[in-house]
Amino acid sequence: MRVGRLLPVGLISAATLAHEVLLMRLFSIIQWHQFAYMIISIALLGFGASGTFVALARRPLVKWYPAAFAASAALFGITAVASFAGAERLPFNALEVVWNPSQLGWLAASYALLVLPFFFGATCIGLAFSRHPGQIGRVYAFDLVGAGVGALGIVGLLFLVFPSAALRLIAALGFAAAALAATGMGRHRRLAAGSLGLAAAVIAVWLPPSFTATGPHMSQYKGLSMALDVPNAWVVEERSSPLGLLTVVESPTVPFRHAPGLSLANTQEPPAQLAVFSDGDSITAMTAYGGDPATVAYLDRTTAALPYRMLARPRTLVLGAGGGEQVLLALRAGADIVDAVEVNPQMIDLARNRFANFVGGIFSRPNVHLHLAEARAFAATTGERYDLIQMPLLDSFSAAAAGVQSMHENYTYTVEALRDYLAVLKPEGVVAITRWLRVPPRDILKLFATATAALEADGVSQPSRHLALIRSWNTATLLVAKSPFTGEDVAAIRGFAAENFFDISWVPGISASDVNRYNQLDQEYLYEGAVALLGPKRADFTERYKFDIAPATDNRPYFFDFFRWRALPELLTLRTQGGAAMLDWGYLILAATLAQAAILSAVLILLPLWLRRCALGRAVPRLRFGLYFLALGLAFLFIEIAFIQRFVLFLGHPLYAVAVVLAGFLAFAGLGSALAARWVAAVGCGSAVRGITLAVVVIAFLAGTYLLVLPLILERLLALPDAAKIAIALLLIAPLAVFMGMPFPLGLGHVGARSEEFLPWAWGINGCASVLSAILAALLATHIGFTGVVTIATILYLAAPALLAGSWG
Amino acid sequence: MRPLAQCQALMATILTSAAAVVSTTVLAQDRLGERAAMIETIKLHARSAPSAVEGQGIDPAVLETIGKVPRHFFVPEEQRGAAYQDRPLPIGYGQTISQPFIVALMTDLINVGPGDTVLEIGTGSGYQAAVLSPLTAKVYSIEIIPELGERAAARLAELRFDNVEVKVGDGYYGWPAQAPFDGIVVTAAASHIPPPLVEQLAKGGRMVVPVGGPFATQFLMLVEKRRDGSITTRQLLPVAFVPLRGGRAR
Repeated sequence: MRVGRLLPVGLISAATLAHEVLLMRLFSIIQWHQFAYMIISIALLGFGASGTFVALARRPLVKWYPAAFAASAALFGITAVASFAGAERLPFNALEVVWNPSQLGWLAASYALLVLPFFFGATCIGLAFSRHPGQIGRVYAFDLVGAGVGALGIVGLLFLVFPSAALRLIAALGFAAAALAATGMGRHRRLAAGSLGLAAAVIAVWLPPSFTATGPHMSQYKGLSMALDVPNAWVVEERSSPLGLLTVVESPTVPFRHAPGLSLANTQEPPAQLAVFSDGDSITAMTAYGGDPATVAYLDRTTAALPYRMLARPRTLVLGAGGGEQVLLALRAGADIVDAVEVNPQMIDLARNRFANFVGGIFSRPNVHLHLAEARAFAATTGERYDLIQMPLLDSFSAAAAGVQSMHENYTYTVEALRDYLAVLKPEGVVAITRWLRVPPRDILKLFATATAALEADGVSQPSRHLALIRSWNTATLLVAKSPFTGEDVAAIRGFAAENFFDISWVPGISASDVNRYNQLDQEYLYEGAVALLGPKRADFTERYKFDIAPATDNRPYFFDFFRWRALPELLTLRTQGGAAMLDWGYLILAATLAQAAILSAVLILLPLWLRRCALGRAVPRLRFGLYFLALGLAFLFIEIAFIQRFVLFLGHPLYAVAVVLAGFLAFAGLGSALAARWVAAVGCGSAVRGITLAVVVIAFLAGTYLLVLPLILERLLALPDAAKIAIALLLIAPLAVFMGMPFPLGLGHVGARSEEFLPWAWGINGCASVLSAILAALLATHIGFTGVVTIATILYLAAPALLAGSWG
Repeated sequence: MRPLAQCQALMATILTSAAAVVSTTVLAQDRLGERAAMIETIKLHARSAPSAVEGQGIDPAVLETIGKVPRHFFVPEEQRGAAYQDRPLPIGYGQTISQPFIVALMTDLINVGPGDTVLEIGTGSGYQAAVLSPLTAKVYSIEIIPELGERAAARLAELRFDNVEVKVGDGYYGWPAQAPFDGIVVTAAASHIPPPLVEQLAKGGRMVVPVGGPFATQFLMLVEKRRDGSITTRQLLPVAFVPLRGGRAR
């Protein structure tokens, strides 16, 4: 078989995966990034339904293979654009679901539309498997390599074009696959291939941008939409990359005046600002500055200004530069040298170049250095030592912004991260972390617990002497000091708080009479929490708290996951009585998506399988074979996702981890599937089951070894340049992924020799399991960490050969 | 225009206005049962929000007013069926008409009386101003979105809430010409409380700020200016929720 015959499989596989990633990006813009999970389950629905369809209509589809493939690929191209254009025009409002269950109807309508391209894309691949039962290894190799290229390619493409334009290119890719497939048709070959090729060109070049534009259909409740409703507000600049859509807005009539945590004692109006919205929501401000520090005196009256009261001319590291508010504060406070770290190159370009004059050129000053890096990676590799590390209210872009990652892990606020920060402090240095205050508190107490654990891990016997916590009505700032606070420090903290009507929730020597003076909570949760977390009742307090405030670690880096199942019944009861804001929707959406995916899998895969059990004949042990492909689908993704998480820190950005790890696993697994037949011949003596058994033993050995040594290796190599780190990541992934690519095609060959009818089912079951496991891995990792997830995957791999070779079922 | 035509036009205007007044009055009497049921729901929720409700419960005068204001006039046509359910409803421009329970809590919290003047930042639908209107001497309300402000002003005038004055503009500076205010309601989201509003709050006055998203109030912030001019704030949960299982951490 010529390679060209399988090229359309690679193309459509690339287009389908790229479409999945892109949809997550698009929905992060028009809705919120939690919808990334839903896109995964939509893809699942498409894969599952296509498995059923191909199984039911196998004979005619295989007979007319080139035409059927071309038609399905063309339908992918049409529906990729049309389904998104339709779905973004539906009046779905996610925020209203709590109050108005009929919104779920619109959600279902979105599902029904968005599933179509995945159905058609997966149908092409399922057809290819059915058409070439003797070449499964090669088909699978094209499928995987195509998917890998698609994952990496869409990330690269999004650096070049806006997401709405990328959507057109993906649709065009679908048509290109259709045109290539049509060259294999018997009659009308040239006409079909020519017209499909023309369609690809037309879609790529001439499709009106307004058709897929996100701007007009962004949720009206996102910050950007609301800002643009204000008279005379306008978009000055727009930048797009896979890290997010940055929109700069000027609002001359009603200025932004963004200054979270500002004291009620402040009387100064903030100067003119440009707001930078990220994916239409979270806001960072670029503040007009003419060089006179008096014009930004209001910044002295934010909780984040506390450390400057204690430190003279500090060398300052700002982790999360954003629009530069903290750099401005540092300069105003007389910081000697300011190193500012920002993860998004486009944000850097906006602040340092495009709006340099507006922000008074603060990023070009000789004593201000702006670094493009991820916060944690910078702290872990810098050779400098600082008096102050300032972590402002900017949550780093998570991989969810890139869309692929189905968990929002965060390595900025883990125990290990805080130890890294403490390690680059001078002896009298301080880490200052500012977060929004939520009532009842979640983030702040978790941060306090995390800092306590980090200090203890560093051998500090009395962490209470190294911590200080103050709060305004809407923010709180935690100070973590390398050396115990002195009496002078404590006096400075008390003075600063009193001047600004800020409350002290923890400082060495605090007593119950010091707390809850200005911003009164009905109960001083923070002080009580601090006392409990520093005392012998820590474990009991953490256990009894209704939100998860246990310290985040690199193995379980879910700082923003506060969800606890046992609080759910109470919170659900209270949701319409004023308690709607206490429900953490991220976890619930994930759990709901998993439940829905499981139901869809049962309906789409198991039910038709059961109904058509006669067609498969008695020779096929359906249950055993089904479980085999289920186990493989789960295990492959478990390992892949755990590795994505592990490499986030190493590669410096979640997005790069997703792109490199995903592409590495897919491409090397593709290589593995191409080599599978030779592996069986070489070591399995021609027995597929024996070959699989040996492959999974290698997988188990490598996974176990990596689990133990990877964190150590990666930590030591963190300072290498990016290109070297990417190469090392791929080298580490390669051997594992090659062997992980073998069990599926070998299993298919083994099963296909007994019943070709079973092949579409195997493909469907494996596809469903893969997508199911992406969600399941995210949920499991929040509970048992990556180590647990990889352990489960290893067990599944080791059990798989027994399912294939057993005598039951 | 000829005199006869003028006369006809005048008559037509008078008749139309009269019809409008009659229909408004009739409609205001509409859905009394639903309003009564809504009041019961508010009372029920208030019983389980000890943090935000002072004393024996929400002031009966506040509940009586809420029972009289025809909320269904303040929501978009397509939402009228749900007007008396205890939930926030979308009114366009990313804004909502607050959940009736939250409106009741906020009105109760600023604790104003017949002689008082109130400032509202963020008119929205005009419903909060309408609820404040019978309880106070004068309500000044500022809306940032011209369409919403003009619509609310027309609606309030039509329903004869004559002591409410609405203007479109930037709420940051308050309404200095009418200051000081005995109560201020800030429903427009802000990263901080504008200093001019604190300045324009009368001594002994109260300001209420709902904090949270458009469909989920996280907490209500109450700013109090004492007689000596000092400021305190309180964060009040609109719901009874103790974050610790099995009692307090003492």
